[in-house]
Amino acid sequence: MLVVDVTVAILLTIGMFFMFIGAIGLLRFPDFYTRLHATGKCDTLGEGLIIVGLIIYHLFHYPGTPLVTVKLLFLIIFIFIANPTAIHALVKAAYRRGVKPWRWGEGRR
Amino acid sequence: MNRGEQGFGIVVTFCIMFLFWLILSGVFDAFHLITGGICSAIVTLISHGLLVKGRGERVLPKSLRLLLYIPWQLWQIVLANVDVAYRVLHPKMPINPRVIEFETSLRGDFALATLANSITLTPGTITIFVEPGKGKFWVHALAKEHADAHLVDKTMQGKVAHVFMEW
Repeated sequence: MLVVDVTVAILLTIGMFFMFIGAIGLLRFPDFYTRLHATGKCDTLGEGLIIVGLIIYHLFHYPGTPLVTVKLLFLIIFIFIANPTAIHALVKAAYRRGVKPWRWGEGRR
Repeated sequence: MNRGEQGFGIVVTFCIMFLFWLILSGVFDAFHLITGGICSAIVTLISHGLLVKGRGERVLPKSLRLLLYIPWQLWQIVLANVDVAYRVLHPKMPINPRVIEFETSLRGDFALATLANSITLTPGTITIFVEPGKGKFWVHALAKEHADAHLVDKTMQGKVAHVFMEW
């Protein structure tokens, strides 16, 4: 059980680390598009790792209800499809409205 | 789409919806099974044309190749995150964003959507526009290396083309 708990803790920590990086990137990057790079990608992997940790925890501590792990797996699949689609929709809308991408050497916006 | 293909689509959609219901409910008594059957039937009636478009060619080898593509894609996502994390945490923020365009040989809806989502998930690139007729992509890249991955190497385009057999 100790091995399982340690593995779960490591997965949750790495997941939270990437979510944290996403938040820092949102604050540090200079414009709309680059900020979406930071939040979009880091959230996808961060959430994925956290849910994998939850799946392992549930499998070993509550083996009586295996369907819950299947539901969590579905959650990962939906996040991995919905997240890039949502980023694309945001970027496309901004590009259509004429938001200029930031270039090297310009000031922050 | 002729009648035979439509029937095939309805059957497949109903089976998938009912399986999904069973997994989500997890209760296998008569009441829940009948309710699930009715709900699946309603969903099938509305949306059977969306999920299965005709009988399609060589669905099985394509699905197998897609299954082989997914682990590679997952590894690319991990690389993407490490790369973005490095650029976020680096004191000087080594980014040099640019918008690039390139044409691919892909034409199918599913193939284009797969490539577009893969591009958005992998290192430093986001899909802005896709022009289905020419297979043309507009991509926002975070730095020169990311742009070159699509303009020079073209690994991902090749892999998606291989999965959907569209060269």
